[in-house]
Formats: sequence, C-alpha cells, structure tokens
Amino acid sequence: MKVHEYQAKELLKGSGVAVPAGIVATTPEQAGEAYESLGGGLIVIKAQVHAGGRGKGVAVDPQGDRALALEIASGRKPRPKGTAGGVQLVKSKAEAAAAAASLLGKTLVTYQTGIEGSRVNKVLVTVGHEIARELYLGLAVDRGLQCPVLMASTEGGVEIETVAHEHPEKIHREPIDVGLGLGDFQARKISKALGLSGKAAKNGEVLFKALTRFFLDQDASLAEINPLIVTDKDEVLALDCKLTFDDNAMFRHPDIAAMLDPAEEDAAELRAGKSGLSFVSLDGNIGCLVNGAGLAMSTMDLIQYHGGTPANFLDVGGGANKDQVLEAFRILLGDPKVKGVLVNIFGGIMKCDTIASALLAAYDEIDFRVPLVVRLEGTNVEAGKKLLSESGRKIITADGLTDAAKKIVAAVKGAA
Amino acid sequence: MSILVNSNTRLICQGITGKAGAFHSEQCKAYGTNLVGGVTPGRGGQTALGVPVFDTCSEAVKETKANATMIFVPPPGAADAILEAADAGIALIVAITEGIPVLDMARAVAYLKAHHPQTRLIGPNCPGVITPGQCKIGIMPGYIHKPGRVGVVSRSGTLTYEAVWQLTSLGIGQSTCVGIGGDPVNGSSFVDVLMMFQNDPDTDAVLMMGEIGGTAEEQAAALKTAGKFTKPIAAFIAGQTAPPGKRMGHAGAIISGGSGKASDKIAALEGAGIKVAKSPADMGITLKAALG
Repeated sequence: MKVHEYQAKELLKGSGVAVPAGIVATTPEQAGEAYESLGGGLIVIKAQVHAGGRGKGVAVDPQGDRALALEIASGRKPRPKGTAGGVQLVKSKAEAAAAAASLLGKTLVTYQTGIEGSRVNKVLVTVGHEIARELYLGLAVDRGLQCPVLMASTEGGVEIETVAHEHPEKIHREPIDVGLGLGDFQARKISKALGLSGKAAKNGEVLFKALTRFFLDQDASLAEINPLIVTDKDEVLALDCKLTFDDNAMFRHPDIAAMLDPAEEDAAELRAGKSGLSFVSLDGNIGCLVNGAGLAMSTMDLIQYHGGTPANFLDVGGGANKDQVLEAFRILLGDPKVKGVLVNIFGGIMKCDTIASALLAAYDEIDFRVPLVVRLEGTNVEAGKKLLSESGRKIITADGLTDAAKKIVAAVKGAA
Repeated sequence: MSILVNSNTRLICQGITGKAGAFHSEQCKAYGTNLVGGVTPGRGGQTALGVPVFDTCSEAVKETKANATMIFVPPPGAADAILEAADAGIALIVAITEGIPVLDMARAVAYLKAHHPQTRLIGPNCPGVITPGQCKIGIMPGYIHKPGRVGVVSRSGTLTYEAVWQLTSLGIGQSTCVGIGGDPVNGSSFVDVLMMFQNDPDTDAVLMMGEIGGTAEEQAAALKTAGKFTKPIAAFIAGQTAPPGKRMGHAGAIISGGSGKASDKIAALEGAGIKVAKSPADMGITLKAALG
C-alpha cells in the first residue's frame, strides 16, 4: 500500500526523521494561508499524487490533451513556457494560490502515470531550502539476504535505477539486523559513504537510525528518500519521500491503513480485492480467470505464446466459489477491451464439478457477450466437463493448456 | 527414495482445529500420512480427527514424538508458530499460511539461523511437500502424483499441480515434490532443495518451476554451472508476459542485483545448460527430453 508524500512526511516526522515544514491544502485559498503560516519566503507547491516524475509532469484539465501532456512530460516534445508542472516554486501568497489553482482538480500526467494521469486533490505547501547537497537513501527487503537493506548514494535527485545500472559502486548497502535495527557503527559508515562530517554527519546519523526504526516498527516494504538534502546550515532533511507498506501487516497498523487513497488505486483491482480476487489489468483482449498465481501468470504466457494478448491477471485463489466466479466475470466483462474469456482451473482440493456448477450459475446471471473457453483439469474433471457440455450454453471446452490457448485465440480473432 | 518426508514422518498440525487445518489434516491422513497430533492453544486435551490436540508444540513432541509439522495458523500468529515448532525441536516445518507480514518472516528466518540452524523450514505461502505413496504434508491433491524418480521444486501452487500432472500423464513418477512458496522471505530456496535432490540417490532429475522477481533461479543456474548440481534439470519460468514493476518498483527490484525479469532468468538457466519449456504446456515433455 502506497501513501502520499504529505502522509509519508507526517509519519516520518512523528518518528524523528527531519522533514521540511509543510501544510496540506485542498483549495487555493488554503494554499495562500499556508504560505503565510509557513513564514513566507521561498515556498514550494507540490501536487499530491502517488506517481513519480511530478516536477517534469504536466497538469491539464480533465478534458485536456493528455497525449500531448505525456509527450511533454516524457521529454519527447518541448515544454511550452508557462506549462504547469507538479512542483512549483512560489514567492508570494498570491503566487501560492495561483500555483495551487493550476493543480487542484486537474489531471497530472507524468512519465510514470502514463496517459491516464492522476487527479490532483491535494497539494503540499512546503518550505524551500538552500540545498548544499542532494543525496539518496532507500530501504527495502533484500530477498537474497532475507533482511532489510539500507541503501545510500551520493547521487541524489536522479533515478536510482540509473545509478544502479551505470555506477553500482556509488550505492552503499548496509544490511539491517531485524532485532537490532541500524547500529551506530552502521550509521557512521553511511555518513562516511555519503561524505558527511561534523554537524551534518550527526544529523544524518539520527535520521538514518530513525528511518530504519520506522521501517521495522511500521512494516514498511519500501522507504525511499530522494533527494535527502544537506542544507547550507548542515541540516539533513527528507525533501521528498515515498513509502510503501506491507499489505499483509496493515491489520496491526490501522492508522496507516486508513491513509489509503482509493482515487489512486485501480478501481477494478480494488473491487477484485474486496472479493478475495487478485487482479491486475493489462493491455490485451483475452480475459483470464485462473486459480493460483503461478498458473495465472503461466496462462498469460500461454496466450501470448499462441499469438494472443492477455487482458488481465486474475487469480481466484485455491478455492473459488460461485460468488467469486460471478464477481470475476463481472470485472472481466466490465472491460470493453475484452473480446473473449479463458477459464483455466486446475482443480485440486477444489473439485472440477463444483467449479463447473459455479461457472454455469455465473454464466446465467450475466449477459455473456463474448466467447468463453473453459479448460478444467484435476479432481472430478469428467463430471465437470460433462456438466458444461450438456448445459446447452455457448461454452467451448478444451483439453489441455495448448488446446485451450488455441481455441480462445481463434475465437477472439474470429470475433474481431 | 525421497527427500524431507517419507513413511517414517510423524506429523502434527498447528491450527488443526481451524477450518482449513482440519480439512487438510484429514486429507493428508487419508493419503496415508502418519498424523499423530495437533496443536491449538487453549484446546489441549481435546481430540481432532482421532488424534490428540495439545496446547503447545513441546507437549505435542513429548507425547507423540512428532518430527514434522504443518502450519495453518492465521497470518498474525504464523511466524510465532514457526518459532514455537523450532523451539520444540521439530526437524521439518511446513508453513502453508499465506499472507504473513514480510518482516515477521525476516525475524523468524533470522531466529532460525541463529538458534536452530538444523531446522528445515519449507514455505510459507506454499502447497507443501509430498513423497508420492508415502507422505503428503500440505494442500496438494494427492492422486495426481505417482511414485518415481523425478524431483519437483516450485515457487507456486497450482502451477506445480499442472507440472506434476503432466509428468504423471507421461508415466514419469516423482521422488518428492516441494513447493518452496512465493513469499519474498522464505525458509528454503531452490538451491537448498536442489542440493537435497543432488544427495538423494533415488532422484534422477529435477523439474523446477520459477517465476519473476528475485534471483533464486539465477542462483540455481549458478549451482549447475559450478558443477555442484550434476543431475539433469528442466525448468519453466512463469510471468514472461507480466508487466514490470507492477508489484515492486524501484529499490525492491534493484536491490537483489538482478532485474527479476523472466527473460534474464531464462537466459541464466539456458546458459547453465538447463532446458527451459517455452510454453507451460510443455513442462512435462521438456523434462522427458532432459532425461534423454
């Protein structure tokens, strides 16, 4: 689960990580007032959307030309003067209000949001600082080491993937003992690696330890501060930060769980999650309904292998009852791109005849407008296939994975 | 002729009185697994499926001489259940539970390494382990398996059933099938299981199902290249068409050093002389071809 920058900063500040002062605003008036409350001077207005690339992003009206905005945000077309970006510097109350007005209610398109863009409902009004140095700090769980690793780099403000690719030696990695947290000696090593000394080193070490403690205590799965800045006064501050939390641990962090912004989530994915379905939408036209994540991914691969394109990943889990199948069909058919549906079930503990009954019941409750191919294997497979073939519905049954893939690809091509 | 479990395995189930725990314990018992007891705190003294229920693992081990456990404890308490089993001296822990917080697992794995290095944890979020005809610990359908000499190891559940079914349909039996689970932090890796198969005189070859993310498949390939694993392997990598970064962006992907991409994994495996099935329909025949 991701949270917004302003939420991340509130959480980190509460845990002893130094962040620039800031106030959230939902109207231009509030942004103007926030400008004054923060003492004026150099202030930054930042659109609050989850996607990165906000600074180079383009804010457009909801009906505006998002395709053009994406070209500009991705640097493929020149940026016209006066184009509203997602991060704006302001020097007066009036400018603050105007900047907020140029963002609130608009759609921000960045290279990360794609052409859909993200609606801006809030802006963060925050104090600007004289930046002496820009650094990078990130924390994530390393699968190989089986523990969190704190990564630090002097190459702040740029994409860390680029640094990792071109200058891997410029990323310092410090494995974290989950019982101890970050040791003082490790914090000092990071200071050295970042070239911090004196007061900046002291401030940095406090921040490294506080961030690590937060990560461990609050079940974060990714914490990224980019850039981490050193000011001309040797302060060390998280100028921007991204936090992602472990969905499986949110039961013990209700305060963080409450920060979920439904507007930032894919509506179909959210809806699927409520029914215990795991769903990811893709660009193709063959809807898939599969039990188990590995088999679901393999089914996508199989469709592609036979010349089709999957419209989604959908895992109904090991169980799959009628209500889940029904909801899954509704989600699949709610997507106008979908020109055919492939059901691939390996019935283990879940019996194939039970699945077949659920499929038939769901089929009848829904206006099934596209070809449906069903491949069943496993427990009671013959009974399941018999139910489907004798049902009188327009369901194409398949024997084996290859047969299923060929049939759905052919059916979709025939319908097109 | 197997690894991890056989007809001498004495199993308890932690969470035996829950719905899933009870159902699958019954299925395991019906398959022929020697189920000797169960653990549910507060239910000690009761009986479930004809075996005694204990409040703690240490009591269960003392009374039943259990040497393996199957964990169905819900996610908030599952990591603690793993530690309890290790503390009680159980040699093999199979954690089926899905949805355990990652940091709980990081703590549990660190604890096991420090205090119980001999304990073998399989999972979590896995289908379990089966030695066909002898012992089934987990949620896989038993009847699709056939006793034989091919080891199977996989990160996923139903894809493993698919692969096993293809083998059985080709008349190729299995020595042991191990689901290591799909979580970022787990008890056993491909490398761990491959080394067990290497040392098992009754396993002739291995079918391995990997998926995108992490570098476990690359490590398996390195093991083969280094000559530490000498038996034929066939593999399949799920997620070749999955969009990048959908689940993990940024630091998560770069941190392990590899890209986590299917194409890189396939290249690493093929580079090590491992045959990789292009389609999931071909997992069985690819293994057959590897057998020569």
